[in-house]
Formats: sequence, structure tokens, C-alpha cells
Amino acid sequence: MATTVEAPMVGKILKIEKQVGDHVEEDEVVMVMEAMKMEIPIVAPVTGTLKEVKVSPGQAVEAEQALAVID
Amino acid sequence: MESALISGLQGLVIGVTNLGLGHVIMILIGSGLLYLGIQKGYEPLLLVPIGFGAILVNIPLADMMENEGFLRFFYDAGVRTEVFPLLIFVGIGAMTDFQPLLENPKIILLGAAGQFGIFLTLLLALAVGFDKLDAVAVAIIGACDGPTAIYVSSKFAPHMLGAVSVAAYSYMSLVPLIQPPIMRVLTTEKERMIVMGLVKQPVSKTTKILFPIVVTIFASLLAPKGAPLIGTVMLGNLMKESGVVERLKSASENEIANIVTLLLGLCIGATMEADKFLRGQTLLVLGLGFIAICLDTAVGVLFGKLMCLATGGKINPLIGAAGISAFPMSARVVQAEGQKYNKKSYLLMHAMSANAGGQIGSVIAAAVMLSVLQGMGIVGG
Repeated sequence: MATTVEAPMVGKILKIEKQVGDHVEEDEVVMVMEAMKMEIPIVAPVTGTLKEVKVSPGQAVEAEQALAVID
Repeated sequence: MESALISGLQGLVIGVTNLGLGHVIMILIGSGLLYLGIQKGYEPLLLVPIGFGAILVNIPLADMMENEGFLRFFYDAGVRTEVFPLLIFVGIGAMTDFQPLLENPKIILLGAAGQFGIFLTLLLALAVGFDKLDAVAVAIIGACDGPTAIYVSSKFAPHMLGAVSVAAYSYMSLVPLIQPPIMRVLTTEKERMIVMGLVKQPVSKTTKILFPIVVTIFASLLAPKGAPLIGTVMLGNLMKESGVVERLKSASENEIANIVTLLLGLCIGATMEADKFLRGQTLLVLGLGFIAICLDTAVGVLFGKLMCLATGGKINPLIGAAGISAFPMSARVVQAEGQKYNKKSYLLMHAMSANAGGQIGSVIAAAVMLSVLQGMGIVGG
């Protein structure tokens, strides 16, 4: 079952740590976002394969916006 | 001719011959503050002018804090009149976004809890023998808010301004070191792992505009002595939220704030004259100030635990640590600590709410304290 990684708050994507097709463990960092001048690691909610990355570095995101899909 | 030459040369060394041990120590302390600001990056905007002011004022015979002296001029004009800290408050208001707080109003309780350290420290300072007004100035370090501490101490205990502001600013920059151990001791592993959902309650523009006006009127009526504090913060915020005076708002948070920060820093440094600063009392001030910030954090976290219980485990008590005014440092500390225990925990925005509450809380706490003191007849109206 596909799981969406959502942005926990408004901010900006700084860097993407994983590539599409990579295996990710639960709690592993998928990307890093910036909010309130602080770097916040966004972790995988489940273990699986990274199917899709919906954002790119530098992009502003809203809270709950879909960032990536893990299957 | 020869003797005139010798007297002339004596004039050149007279500064050196008048240099006492106290001056040397204070010049070293001033240099230490410069080192922290320049090399370590701790609050450089403040520590650079403060450190330099401390060096200047301890040069013998330069008389910068005597009548006519240039530091005395700025001190009398801006610190004794309390104008400098108030102008800084306008800038702070213009920079502060109360949205996280308005989205989640019950969090303001944490901002109130985070101020208890002030009152507990007041009792402690009285117990160790501080004069009533001096005790107030020491306790206000617990507001964890530089301008509030400067405002209150310049009003009641101007002779302690140097010690109080140095304590306030150094502990603020040490928040990331001071808070985590206290947060850890007071919470359980399970509490620290609580994930808090998103706060998504839209806040209308009208609410954001009315907020500073309503807070000013009610808080000032409750604590009239604090009206200048609350009024200036909220004026700045109203200018930001109304969106119609962009130029004034931008001047308040940039040009005015920069000029005043420079002059205020110099003046604070100028209060650090050897005979006033090198006393056992200064060490007590630093010690009690440290206790004040620890107590704030502890009461904030304990209150967070209470809210956690009351909501059936929906609130992570760690955010209570952000109920102090050190913005946004303590909110960042909470985010970092929270994610240390649960990688899927994102507490930043909740902590920001508590932090914004703490900012209002510290100003209101100072205002309340001023009014209570007036009511008790300790300070004149």
C-alpha cells in the first residue's frame, strides 16, 4: 500500500536525501526542509521503496502537502 | 623648557599611571564579551557594542560617563528615560508573528507558566538579602527577554543594569544548553514521544489586526504601569498586521532598531564601571538569573505535563519549555529534542505557539510586577 510523506509544517525543501527507487527504512531521513530558519529532517513513516518525489530543493511547501510516496 | 617637555610627556602616561586593577579586569571582561560576540557568534549585535562600551568606560580619566561625557549623554537620553528599550519593543512587535498563538490559543497558558521563574526568583532574591527594587531587577532576568530586563532594571535598579543585561543576554544564547537536561529530567520517555497533529485553524486578518489593540487595552487596564511595554510591542505588531504602514513597520524593525541597538549596547557597556560591576553582588545576580531561567523551563514543562494529562495525552510536555520568551531559540530546542526521541515528531509549530505566548507572557508579567509593586507602595506612581 502506498504511503504519502506529508510536510509537517510550512517551509522550504532544502535537499532530497533519497532517490526514486531507493529502499528506505522507517524513520530514515528522506529529505530535509527548512522552517523558521531551522533544518528539519523529514523521515519515512514506513519501510518501503521510494516511488515518487513530488518536490525539488528550494521549493516552498504548505503543511500537509504531499512530498513523496513510499510503496 | 625642559620641564615643560617633561610635564607634557607625563600627560601622555597619566592614563597608564591611573590604571587600577579594577580597570584592567573590566577591560578584560569587555574583551571577553567581544570575543564571545565576534569569535563565537553569541548575540554579536549586542555583545560587540556592550563589550566595547565596557572597555571605553574603564579607560581612566576619559570621563565618558561623567557629566558632559559622550556615553553619559546617550545613557541619560535613552536609558534613564527608558526610551531605548521601548523603541526596541516597537521593532520586536513589528517582527513578531502571533499567528501560531492565535491558531492555538490554549497554548498561551504555557506562555504564562513559563514566567513563574520570575516570581520564584523574586522571592529567592529577597531571601538572600537583595533590596526590594534590586530583587525585581534580578528576577526579571527570568523573563528571558533582553529588552524587558533592560526596561525593568533601568527603571528600578539602574546601578545593576550592566550585570542584569549581561546575564539576560548570555543566558538567552545558552538556552540550547540550559534547557534540554531540565526537559529530560522532568518528562518520561513516553511523554517525550507524543506526536502532536497539525494545527490548522485559519486566522482571519481581522483577528490579527484586533489582537494587538485588544491586548493593549485589556492588559494596560489590568497593569497600567506596564502600558509602555505592552503598548510599544503591540503598536509594532499592529503596524505589521495592518499592512498599511509598510514604511513605518520596516523602519521600526530595521533602521530604528539598528540605531537603538547600537546606542543601547554602548550604554549597557558604559554601566560596567569597575567600582560598580566588580562586586560580589554581580556574581549573585548572574547566579540567580541562571536559576530564574531554569525555574521557567521547569515550571513550563511541568505545566505541559498537566496539559498532557488534561487532554488525555495529546500535548507533548516538551513544548512547555518554549513558554519562555527566548524567541525562537527555545522553540527550536523543543523541535530538536522532540525529534531526538521520536523521529516522526515535529513539534516546531506547537513550540512556536508557546514561544509567542511566552513573549507576550514576559511583557505582561513585567507589567503585572510593576503594578503590584506600585500597589504595595514600594515604587511611586
